[in-house]
Amino acid sequence: MPNLKLADIQKIAEQEVDFQRAYQHRINVCCSSACVHLGALKVLKAFEDAIKEFKVERQCKVARTGCVGTCSVGPVVIIDTIGRARPHLYQNVTPEKVRKIVQDQIVLGLPAEEMLYKNEAFFKKQHRLVLRNVGKIDPSRIQDYIAMGGYSAIVKCLATMTPQGVIYEVINSGLRGRGGAGFPTGQKWSMVARTHDSPKYIVANLDEGDPGVFANRTLAEADPHAILEGMLIAAYAVGAEKGYIYARAEYPLAIETLQRALAQARAMSLTGGNILETPFKFDIELRFGAGAFVAGEETAILASVEGRRAMPRPRPPYPANSGLWGKPTLIQNVETLANIPIIVQNGGAWFSKIGTPKCTGTKCFSITGKINNPGLIEVPMGTTLREVVFEIGGGVPDGKAFKAVLVGGPSGGCLPENLLDLPIDYDSLTKVGAIMGSGGIVVLDDKSCMVDTAKFFTDFCVDESCGRCTPCRAGLVKAKEIYERIIEGDGKMEDMTTLEKAGAYIREASLCGLGQTAPNPVLTTLRYFRDEYVEHIEGKVCRAGKCFKKEKEVQA
Amino acid sequence: MSKDDDRRTLLEKVMKEHDYQEGALLEILHKAQELYGYLSKDLLMELSGSLNLPPSHVFGVATFYSYFKFKPLGEHLVTSCLGTACYVRGVEEIILAIEHEFKFKRGESTADGKLSLFVTRCIGACAMAPNIIIDGEVIGKSTKEGILEHIRHLIGGAKPETS
Repeated sequence: MPNLKLADIQKIAEQEVDFQRAYQHRINVCCSSACVHLGALKVLKAFEDAIKEFKVERQCKVARTGCVGTCSVGPVVIIDTIGRARPHLYQNVTPEKVRKIVQDQIVLGLPAEEMLYKNEAFFKKQHRLVLRNVGKIDPSRIQDYIAMGGYSAIVKCLATMTPQGVIYEVINSGLRGRGGAGFPTGQKWSMVARTHDSPKYIVANLDEGDPGVFANRTLAEADPHAILEGMLIAAYAVGAEKGYIYARAEYPLAIETLQRALAQARAMSLTGGNILETPFKFDIELRFGAGAFVAGEETAILASVEGRRAMPRPRPPYPANSGLWGKPTLIQNVETLANIPIIVQNGGAWFSKIGTPKCTGTKCFSITGKINNPGLIEVPMGTTLREVVFEIGGGVPDGKAFKAVLVGGPSGGCLPENLLDLPIDYDSLTKVGAIMGSGGIVVLDDKSCMVDTAKFFTDFCVDESCGRCTPCRAGLVKAKEIYERIIEGDGKMEDMTTLEKAGAYIREASLCGLGQTAPNPVLTTLRYFRDEYVEHIEGKVCRAGKCFKKEKEVQA
Repeated sequence: MSKDDDRRTLLEKVMKEHDYQEGALLEILHKAQELYGYLSKDLLMELSGSLNLPPSHVFGVATFYSYFKFKPLGEHLVTSCLGTACYVRGVEEIILAIEHEFKFKRGESTADGKLSLFVTRCIGACAMAPNIIIDGEVIGKSTKEGILEHIRHLIGGAKPETS
């Protein structure tokens, strides 16, 4: 392919739109991890066969697509028909059902009602910016992304904007880092842009180590080019030459999707030297994590990209001044990066009107646990937890009672019912002892014991502590031992004070985000569910029936 | 050329691609594990020589990350997800049942080398929790009975009817 120029992107988009309009129906089969596990590839094949059988190949295009978020009712199929505002969403599709769907919807023009996903509430309160293309494009085709306006933001930057102009828009948008800490993105960019050292690097963080969180994976599987375009724009703005995407090795499909996307971008001269025939150059390489939760921390990820143990180091110096190999480095979560193209397209002022004044835009959450509609959602900042759990999530199944919601992954906080009206934003969550983290919401019902839950997360943090800071390394082990005593029936009342004290020390005296947040589950359960601790210690009772069991009793 | 030589050549090729750079150590370890299934002491010593890094550095990095394995795997591999969603939905009971029935512990292989059991922190299929991966196939919404039955068939050599 000859080297593309700026104007060519627009041409590709127009051609692709014409090509897609030639088909009246587009049958999008979700082929992200969850649906593939449930047999989506067989469904895809069945659709290809069925449109041949009914001789409707000229009206229908069958394509793969990314996750729309309704992961519990997969495989999911979206049929988009020209002239219809909203596509039809089919749930629990099996190869056997495909013939009927094609016959009813395509041949007869009447959707197969009984197989449609009817839960309007799941989508009603969502606002999809980051997930703008899911269910619409085939992540394996760069043309699909371009047809949706993809790569036009980098063209706009290269053709009409100065690097300072781009940073100005990002500052104006109010965007804050989606990796958890919520640092203002524009401010980070100006810091890196201002340093004179070179080369400069960009690291895209796809090391989604929080158990119970799969938002970044879904994004990478569904819309890889949005991440690449975000990186390109960031590179242009801060003057970086080289970028790394650090992905979890446990996400094979996301890695494969990104590798394919990178090869396509390279072939179209969207990365490399002289991008789109301009002097701008930027290369992107993939790096794989190897199962270390702490590697998501910004100084630890740098060590890991350099091929060392992922151990955090003190800051300053900040990575903006001294990052990869001592050079200025911009580290952003992939969700943050995926927001960038639309900010450039529509302007920072437009973006800043979404969400709340201090916390703009949207956030993706994985909602799981004891909930009726587990899956992936994207809501404006400021949406309440109650809306997420009970409206979008559909509440707790099997008539069980809601007990707590864990926000922010294993080092997040367990919040009780009376805090459900809290708006979701960085500051409100921190105030009650939880964190935004990378966007995990796990719902617990009355069958979960809060002491056992706190122990589970403490175990996790013991395993994942890198061992550098003594309070985190030794303090968490002490906490774990106390929990073991309590659930075996040997707890003492003063254990609660010890846990609180240890928690405070670990939080204060650890270097990185892991140590500083690891006591959150301990402290929030003590704060909001203290009576359960008392019951365990004084009465030796576990109201959920989880504790005081010896291993022998749990058998097949 | 023996199978072992083949693997060595492939690994050498990857090291060359990365210019024997220290920074590529993780990539090289990934490749080595992909080729050999696990990282033996001899292999790590060899890598340390090829990359001109102290053995303590190579061992230190490899053992820091839980993804790397240092013992040969059993014939069949069962990996249980121990992410939050799977835990809340009762995966621990399934793990305990497997340990109990086949008489070994997580992180180990059975004495006859037929089965290995590992736990991993979240494979990101939380909506399908609890998830158990048997020989690369993810089984979502798994139950204790279903999984035990599946493994019994595997070890017995017969293919389970449904999965």
